[in-house]
Amino acid sequence: MLHDSVILRVVVKLLLPPILLYALYVQAHGEYGPGGGFQAGVTVAAAMILYTLIFGVPEAQRVVPFAVVRTMVPLGVLIYGGVGIVGLMLGSHYLDYTVLAASPPDGNHIGVVLVEIGVFVTVSGTMLSIFYSFSSKIEDGEDAD
Amino acid sequence: MVAVTIGIVRLRNLFAVVMLGGIYSFLMATILYVLDAVDVSMTEAAVGAGISTVLLLATLAVTKVREAAPIHPPALPLAVALVTGAALIYASVDMPPFGDPLGPGHQHVAPEYIARVLPETHIPNAVTSVLASYRGYDTLGETTVIFTAGIGVLALLVGRRRPRRSDGASGGGNA
Repeated sequence: MLHDSVILRVVVKLLLPPILLYALYVQAHGEYGPGGGFQAGVTVAAAMILYTLIFGVPEAQRVVPFAVVRTMVPLGVLIYGGVGIVGLMLGSHYLDYTVLAASPPDGNHIGVVLVEIGVFVTVSGTMLSIFYSFSSKIEDGEDAD
Repeated sequence: MVAVTIGIVRLRNLFAVVMLGGIYSFLMATILYVLDAVDVSMTEAAVGAGISTVLLLATLAVTKVREAAPIHPPALPLAVALVTGAALIYASVDMPPFGDPLGPGHQHVAPEYIARVLPETHIPNAVTSVLASYRGYDTLGETTVIFTAGIGVLALLVGRRRPRRSDGASGGGNA
């Protein structure tokens, strides 16, 4: 791992807040500009991967534990599917968002925002859990040496 | 991009190949950005150049860095690639001119989406509303694909760690 270099540690500490903020912007602004849940989720995962590369796996798992990441993988799909179920229970078709608010366009808007959150949770969780399982594999190999 | 591709094919050092793959993804993202497909460009830059490069490097750290010499002579794969490429080029002759607004791809459902998106969803970015609302089933399917990939990798990598640790006598400092 690269956690000995002072320059890298400082630069990463400076870079992380803008990356995370940009991911939030991409997530929240996805209806108005380019982006959405997938892009934001990938950006957050990339930021955490950068942190892991510099500070090591134990430190990163202290910030975002593996159990949390593992739970996020199915949670996002559940959010997405749950929005569909809510539409079903409000007396419409599956994944029909028009019944979520008083007027159909607002309902559509709310539905899209919720669904994008679901996509965000699953994408960032999946990317990070894949990376964690790879990197813990590498650390295992180093232990064996 | 052609030079990078030739480099990827010729090199046997997989570390350099992974790096060239990252460069290729960034070039691809630039082209997509120039073509005004900013959503796809962001995804390509983050996934193709960022995360998949890191994941491939992690894979290299677990396996070997040098590619093994091919067992079979390259004649048959080369022939397959040439025939497929020729068929694709032959098919592209029949396609409408690039960017033609009268092309069938732009006349089918696209005008209807563009006309209906703003009054029906109040979302100015048509890409987002088509993705998450009109094509909600497709995106749910995509999310499920990512979920499946995630649990697949977890089942392969995390599940195998436990027996390995129990037969290794010195399994120690792993918090």
